[in-house]
Amino acid sequence: MMKPEEIFELLKQKFDDKIIGFENELPVDSYIVVNPLAIKEVSKFLRDNEQLKFDSLMCLSGVDDANEKKTKDEEGNEVIEKGTLSVYYHLHSIELGHKVNLKVSVSVDNPNVESVESIWRTADWHEREAYDMFGIVFLNHPDLRRILMPEDWEAGHPLRKDYKNPEFYNGMRVPY
Amino acid sequence: METKTLKTEELILNMGPQHPSTHGVLRLELELEGELIVNVKPHIGYLHRCFEKHAEAMTYPQVVPYTDRMDYLASMSNNLGYAIAVERLMGIKVPERVEYIRVIMAELQRIASHLVALGTYGVDIGAFTPFLYCFRDREKILSLFEMTCGARLLYNYIWVGGLSHDIHPDFVRLTKEFVEYFRPKIVELNELLSFNKIFIERTANIGILPLDTAINYGVTGPMLRASGLKWDLRKNDPYSIYDRFDFDIPVGEGEKGTVGDSWDRYFVRVQEMEQSLRIVEQAIDQIPEGNVHEAVPKRVKPPKGSIYSRVENPKGELGFFIISDGSVNPFRMKVRGPSFVNLSVLNEISKGHLVADLIAILGSTDIVLGEVDR
Amino acid sequence: MYDILTNIFGNQIVAYIIGAALPLFVWILPFVLFAVLGERKVSAHMQDRLGPMRVGYHGILQTVADLLKLLQKEDIVTPAADRKLFNLAPYIVFLGSYAAFAAIPFSSIYIGSGIEVGIFYILAVSSFVVVGILMGGWASDNKYSLLGAMRSAAQIVSYEIPTAIVVLTLVMLTGTLNLNTISQQQTAYFWNWNILGGAAGSGITQILLIPFMVIAFVILFISTLAEVNRTPFDIPEAESELVAGFHTEYSGMKFAMFFLSEYANMFAVSAIVVTLFFGGYQSPFGYLGNSLGIPWLIPVEQLFWFLAKGVFFVFVQMWLRWTLPRLRVDQLMTVCWKYLIPYAVFNLLIVGIISLL
Repeated sequence: MMKPEEIFELLKQKFDDKIIGFENELPVDSYIVVNPLAIKEVSKFLRDNEQLKFDSLMCLSGVDDANEKKTKDEEGNEVIEKGTLSVYYHLHSIELGHKVNLKVSVSVDNPNVESVESIWRTADWHEREAYDMFGIVFLNHPDLRRILMPEDWEAGHPLRKDYKNPEFYNGMRVPY
Repeated sequence: METKTLKTEELILNMGPQHPSTHGVLRLELELEGELIVNVKPHIGYLHRCFEKHAEAMTYPQVVPYTDRMDYLASMSNNLGYAIAVERLMGIKVPERVEYIRVIMAELQRIASHLVALGTYGVDIGAFTPFLYCFRDREKILSLFEMTCGARLLYNYIWVGGLSHDIHPDFVRLTKEFVEYFRPKIVELNELLSFNKIFIERTANIGILPLDTAINYGVTGPMLRASGLKWDLRKNDPYSIYDRFDFDIPVGEGEKGTVGDSWDRYFVRVQEMEQSLRIVEQAIDQIPEGNVHEAVPKRVKPPKGSIYSRVENPKGELGFFIISDGSVNPFRMKVRGPSFVNLSVLNEISKGHLVADLIAILGSTDIVLGEVDR
Repeated sequence: MYDILTNIFGNQIVAYIIGAALPLFVWILPFVLFAVLGERKVSAHMQDRLGPMRVGYHGILQTVADLLKLLQKEDIVTPAADRKLFNLAPYIVFLGSYAAFAAIPFSSIYIGSGIEVGIFYILAVSSFVVVGILMGGWASDNKYSLLGAMRSAAQIVSYEIPTAIVVLTLVMLTGTLNLNTISQQQTAYFWNWNILGGAAGSGITQILLIPFMVIAFVILFISTLAEVNRTPFDIPEAESELVAGFHTEYSGMKFAMFFLSEYANMFAVSAIVVTLFFGGYQSPFGYLGNSLGIPWLIPVEQLFWFLAKGVFFVFVQMWLRWTLPRLRVDQLMTVCWKYLIPYAVFNLLIVGIISLL
């Protein structure tokens, strides 16, 4: 049994700057923030390390952080700081009985996250869902298609906060 | 005339979305060689009702009826899972009476859900009669629920912090009667279906799911237990008051074939019904006095933060991932449905079997499309 | 029978036409109406429910209402279907099961055709059913239908072998292929029935034969069950796998034809079982007509006994259907080739040796 803080220290030693930080201000769950392109290595380590043995990925969720900021620079022009999309990984070790949560954040413009499908096969469909709902692209995913929405849904990714319902879908009125 | 070289190619068979044994609107794209399965590609989403998007526009109590509609065969358990997640986020302690009633409801619901699973499994294999026996008994549970909250399928009964109604004065007596009535019915089901030679021939050694694959795929619930792991959140990650009751976790033993085959998955459910009866029996005698509305908050407004909370549903681990931004609406709500995850392993375990076996495997995973698609 | 009809109508051709149509209108159609309702009632009562209750007293007219509905239904032919074969298939299937009735002795005076090779004729003509099913499955241009038809063809062709071997056993004992003669041999009382070794005459051989005749009966019953595609062998139309198998694409009256021939077939195979093993139309206890001295009562009694026995075996088929799950297609073949055929051949040898004693 290891506490999330201890796991964070262990990861920090091993991966150094690929581990971005530890979010603990939240009342219930805490998160280890990881570099989105290093998540696969970190996951592999978490799964295979003798002390950690995180053999089960309970849940993988995409989130639109909706933190787009509009500021004015010195000349009075509007500067838009694009928001981020996050992916939350909830891990659990069946053998050792401890839990840890990971988080990666990527910019809306370039939402690329390394896929962990090869570490935990259960991530396959979860990642497809995150792609479908948020447009997060999982690199090296074998079959990244829409999963819940129709394959020809062109109006974007519905769980994003700025999503607008389309007027028509294949010539059919959507709001009825 | 030029003779073309003869070649064979795989037969692509579209099974569903309208098909008698896909248990709803599931489409399976089968690649067949004769009747031998080369590849199964599930296509889901036909029942997608935007639960997660809806939840963002609702207040926390308003979400409860939507949770009913996910796994519509186990609405009580969904309610419970959601209520527990929000209560944990807000730090609410619910009265003892509520806890006991919740456990009784959840266990009765587990029996009802398993009855549907076992009955429809019989139909998949070709035995129609056990199906109606199961539904006859399930009706009795639904009547108990109806007496309690007025609804037979979608209850909206377990609220954040409490319950919508207290139980009916007759509930305790009738539940005891049901337990007495139902015990022999499990034996009857075993005689009629579980130990039928043809049924065993059809299900034993079919769709074997090894334990490491099961864990890697995140498979939970009776499917995981059938693969031989004693894993039940009611014992391993206790919630509510499950630590007070004495019950066993049935696991697959490969009695008729190999550990983790379809028969094991079926039989684990049969045994779980007995265990649920035990829990109901223990809980029904101990319900303390109290007010079920006592802890229901006037305004559900959790602090800023997030939680991943999970409970053991009849079909497996139901997880709610809720991010709160401190307002009355959830900022993000993700549901980790057990059926969704359990279905993803289908291709892995059905390769090399016949089409008829695919039906047996699919039936033994016990999916509800309402939860797969949400 | 034709002599009587010729006397009544004064013309041989009219007599033959009426004679051929009689089983259809006098027995098959009423039987199907009765059997469909019976199946629904039997299944309902086995499953703790009531079944159809609205049309007529306890739903007696339900099948009539269903038939009227089917008659009015649109006759859909899918665009990609092979029209000719598609339209022909239900009639061929019906032909197969209907033609079998020609050689079945309902009573000592009521037999369509008393041909000498009766049982052989029935075995041959019932193979038409396979042709029809295969045609329907292929012409529908539906993968489920095709799979169903292929399974069905494999199944029926395979199960004809144990049927034929058991029939051979009986033919060896009785020395005739004529079903009427076989029925006549089992006259008087039930210990003369073939299931109790009646064909061997009496004494030690008869007692020795009993176990082997029971085995032969069980094999014949199982394989006829498979030939008419009933559970546990209803693999060609396994609704949980193949939607409806070979008749997935059929609607309206053509679907009803398949339905009709299924039930007609159920009775036909029961009739064969009854004729070969259970005394055919013979009464188990002697005839009331004999003791009362009314000769014309005897054929009526025979008719009653034949139908009663036949309906009983149809009931057993229903009973099995609502109790047992379905086998898988390869298990079905295993049952046939690895168990039924060797046992049947072995049984044939033993019976042959015993009858030489």
